[in-house]
Amino acid sequence: MSIAPETAARVAKLARIKVEPEALPALAAEFNTILGFIEQLNEVDVDGVEPMTSVTPMRLKRREDVVTDGDRQGQILKNAPDAREGFFAVPKVVE
Amino acid sequence: MMGELTKLTLAEARDKLRAREVSSLELTEACLSAIEGAGALNAFVHHTPEIARDQARAADARLAAGDAPAMCGLPIGVKDLFCTKGVPSQAASRILQGFLPEYESTVTSQLFDAGAVMLGKLNMDEFAMGSSNETSCYGNVVNPWRRGNDDTALTPGGSSGGSAAAVAADLCLAATGTDTGGSIRQPAAFTGIVGIKPTYGRCSRWGIVAFASSLDQAGPMTKTVRDSAIMLGAMCGHDPKDSTSADLAVPDFEAMLTGDIRGKVIGIPKEYRMDGMPAEIEKLWADGTAMLKAAGAEIREISLPHTKYALPAYYVIAPAEASSNLARYDGVRYGHRAKLAQGDGITEMYEKTRAEGFGHEVQRRVMVGTYVLSAGFYDAYYNRARRVRALIKRDFDQVFAAGIDAILTPATPSAAFGLGEMKDADPVQMYLNDVFTVTVNLAGLPGIAVPTGVDGQGLPLGLQLIGRPWEEGDLLNTAYALEQAAGFVAKPGKWW
Repeated sequence: MSIAPETAARVAKLARIKVEPEALPALAAEFNTILGFIEQLNEVDVDGVEPMTSVTPMRLKRREDVVTDGDRQGQILKNAPDAREGFFAVPKVVE
Repeated sequence: MMGELTKLTLAEARDKLRAREVSSLELTEACLSAIEGAGALNAFVHHTPEIARDQARAADARLAAGDAPAMCGLPIGVKDLFCTKGVPSQAASRILQGFLPEYESTVTSQLFDAGAVMLGKLNMDEFAMGSSNETSCYGNVVNPWRRGNDDTALTPGGSSGGSAAAVAADLCLAATGTDTGGSIRQPAAFTGIVGIKPTYGRCSRWGIVAFASSLDQAGPMTKTVRDSAIMLGAMCGHDPKDSTSADLAVPDFEAMLTGDIRGKVIGIPKEYRMDGMPAEIEKLWADGTAMLKAAGAEIREISLPHTKYALPAYYVIAPAEASSNLARYDGVRYGHRAKLAQGDGITEMYEKTRAEGFGHEVQRRVMVGTYVLSAGFYDAYYNRARRVRALIKRDFDQVFAAGIDAILTPATPSAAFGLGEMKDADPVQMYLNDVFTVTVNLAGLPGIAVPTGVDGQGLPLGLQLIGRPWEEGDLLNTAYALEQAAGFVAKPGKWW
């Protein structure tokens, strides 16, 4: 299957990465190279094989459902590009 | 004398420290001046001399008091992927510029508890995505090795290229690395050092910037197998903060280095004999096989039939996980935020921030991951790749069940290549660097690269040993036997 520049634009949008229109054909060509390589997987007979979820079969550990951490507002906001009044600040989200 | 100190192995330095023949501060000062003189390698990108001196003094006090844990007073470098409290930790990416973690990764905090001294942060490929250290926002790392008298700058490999170059050039006694598809073992092989990726779950991933969470593992990069045993012991162990961390006892890996591998069964997988494999790699592999046989191991040809599909499966699974993990870099909570134009809303902020903050290779992988996870393709790509991954693991399970103790393969398809040499190649050509290492990540197994020879131009070449899950001790012992038989002692001539 071949990826057109329009598809590349849609993927860039989904990934929230701005790609200039003039860069789309080259990007689509790179996708095609990589996806062409990935196509080999179609040769493999995977009937009856479960998709791997965990490489080492183990049960996730459980613990008491209690608060174990918190009260770190200052630390959490410390690296924010823009923080005000104890919140992360972003451009207007709702009109 | 100062120069000689940095050449010590961890084991040698540890013994001298414990015998009070040298102080940690002396060792640390020697490394700091070696680092200062090695700017041309571009291995250390954030220098932490004050932290190093404080830790060295504290280590000297512990040593004086007779309390000398495994890494006490030993100066190391830390890959930029590890979050280190109050010290830049930006995964070699512009998007994490200015980020100063408020916490310490579990692995580095365990190393510090064991007395290790941090000299600084090491260069790498951006978000650990690359095999040549050419995707870093800090610029390329240069391999201390050269082709004879030719001064062409060579890659140290990637993604742990700064770690590899720093250890090979004796700037630090050892370094941390991480390995998602070969990022410890390939650069170790390109620089003539030892690097081990332990079993998935051995080292906590907490506080290590995530690339592909089901594949990422930290491990040591060292001058010798013994050093890897020492440092790995300090790095691993159960951590409740990483739900995939294994709650298993950590054996004394160093005590398991007997060099006795009589009766061990070593598998030689026929699928790793690739078309067009350079004769030198072929010979290296045959020589390594002969060495293990001479040491008393039984050599058996084995088949891992799905090997060919490991790289394509990896290039679905790793980008898919990366696209999800890297969604957090949105310009809101940490790192870079793009300057916005009048009228730009939050979507423009995300899109501009990520376009400015991520380099080309990272953008490409995030978008490939987004594509293979998108509606309509999830089954065809992502689920199929996960099925193939299950088959790759089954291949290994079957040979181990048939009595194989370890598997010997080349570590890389070639020696280190020139920086910029792959510039015009398509991305898949670069991905082929990981052809021998990536299966190990997909199957979650421990793998170690050991330098065993040099090519016609004097560049180091390494072999890889793959072990059974959780049997790093046995794997290290086999690697130790190989190391002793190979007697690799070459060092890069100092030109920097």
